Amino acid sequence: MAPGAQNGAVKTELGRRYHFAASHRLHNPALSEEENCRLYGKCNNPYGHGHNYILEVLVSGQVDSATGMIANLADLDGFVEREVLEPFDHKSLNEDVEVFRGTVPTTENLCIEIFRRLKPFPKAKLERVRVQETSNNSFEYAGDNPEGFER
Amino acid sequence: MVLLTRKIEFAASHLYNNPDFSPEENRRIFGKCNNPHGHGHNYTLEVTVAGEPDPVTGMVLDLKDLKEILEREVMQRMDHRFLNYEVPELAGQIPTCENIARVIWQLLDPQIKQGKLHRVRLYETPDLFADCYRNGTEGAKA
Repeated sequence: MAPGAQNGAVKTELGRRYHFAASHRLHNPALSEEENCRLYGKCNNPYGHGHNYILEVLVSGQVDSATGMIANLADLDGFVEREVLEPFDHKSLNEDVEVFRGTVPTTENLCIEIFRRLKPFPKAKLERVRVQETSNNSFEYAGDNPEGFER
Repeated sequence: MVLLTRKIEFAASHLYNNPDFSPEENRRIFGKCNNPHGHGHNYTLEVTVAGEPDPVTGMVLDLKDLKEILEREVMQRMDHRFLNYEVPELAGQIPTCENIARVIWQLLDPQIKQGKLHRVRLYETPDLFADCYRNGTEGAKA
């Protein structure tokens, strides 16, 4: 097979979207009830509430000339399934995800935790993650990657 | 600097098969995409150009010009085509989202004379896309 027209002048990233549903409650036990209520509003409701989250994962790397791929989607899907979807989907983030027992599960913190879990993906370089909490708000995290947000 | 993005949609078919692989390997690596008769997608292409608005026209570039470039370079080449057999720029390559996006970047980059091509994003489905940027010069600084 003819090698793909690799061109060092172009950087290519692969983006993949995943969906999961989870509940959370924004509450900081170090703050008073009034402060929590003032700070987090409805999100402080003691019984929690849920969202349909959309996770966008962007990876970069050489496009393999034999497959035309940066990473085989089956590998990426399997990794994200194991590291994020299985532990987060249809779960209570506060109760079921260890890190959020001591950290408020805002979507900012969720982004950071998902990035940490996906960073070791062995087949490509994780560039950044974007988490959409509702159609009106989304959050992105690129770790310490200086290029991550310049795209 | 201002970023301007124009979106177009095209429909095309493709299949993934590397003749260097055995039929079994092709099926294992490419899965359903290896179906010998191909399959199709509605692709969505977002093209982003970076530049300073012209002080007279207020435009980074004239959208009419960009529309014509996209029509000529992308729509006429790829819309309602079988990408493996009808797009010479993809000959000998697996027409993955990554490769199609890069070919589109290479087609568009020399055509954009006002402003600078900043990003090409090609959606194969709403949940799968590839982005191309200029390597080395961080896009937003270009």
